[in-house]
Amino acid sequence: MSLVLIFFYVFGFLAIASAAFMLATKNVLYAAFGLLVTLLSLAAIFILLFADFVAITQLMVYVGGVLVLILFGVMLSNQVQGRAVQSESVNGISGGLVASAIFGGLAYLILSADYLLPEGITVADAAPANTKSSIIAIGIRLITNFALPFEVASLILLIALMGAAYISTEDKHE
Amino acid sequence: MNNIPLIPVLLLGAVLFCLGILAVITKRHAIVVLMGIELIFNAANLNLVAFNRHQPDLMQGQVFSVFVMVIAAAESAVALAIILKVYSYFKTVNLDQIRHETDV
Repeated sequence: MSLVLIFFYVFGFLAIASAAFMLATKNVLYAAFGLLVTLLSLAAIFILLFADFVAITQLMVYVGGVLVLILFGVMLSNQVQGRAVQSESVNGISGGLVASAIFGGLAYLILSADYLLPEGITVADAAPANTKSSIIAIGIRLITNFALPFEVASLILLIALMGAAYISTEDKHE
Repeated sequence: MNNIPLIPVLLLGAVLFCLGILAVITKRHAIVVLMGIELIFNAANLNLVAFNRHQPDLMQGQVFSVFVMVIAAAESAVALAIILKVYSYFKTVNLDQIRHETDV
């Protein structure tokens, strides 16, 4: 077992364990910290899968942006003073049944599917051989093959920011 | 050689997806439901990056996962704005209480 594989299993276990901790804890703030550990271990797994740009984007967008937004949301939507923000769980049994049924179906599909790899490409070749980083390839793709989705994504971001700013403004005419 | 087989990565993605589904179903705090949705986005990203290794010349998987992150960031910004608005109206973010008050 190679070192990379050992690291993959360690970080995969860490991701699953902290996601389970996010589910198990009642404290919303602890759940946010569990999500933080999950996101960090997923960034490490992205690096192990030769996706360094995606890993850095994960760190900057999720850990630096989304998680901070979530923590702000926890702080702003909390009126109890001096007491932890609790989140109750309902539908434990039926939810567990649904989730395990979905996992069973997914695992069955994953294990029984016949993966047809492209001819002549092995996983070892899939690592970028001549470049150390995938940033160059992604940058070239973003302005050639994927130029239209790139622009549409920027428009979506702009519209979402405008919408979020409009929604969260206080209504003066109450 | 440094290779991670495909199957464990896909299984890890499936486990994270189901944990996200479980969070969305069982939790009643709106922000924790949002965290579950982020977990589902991350599981999808993991699958995209894993399959990208088998067709690396086009970089489709990694580029698409970056787009998924863009959508996730936009979604969480709008969702948190909605949650704050709901909180200022109902003074709670518990989904059952909100549903009880709106009487739908």
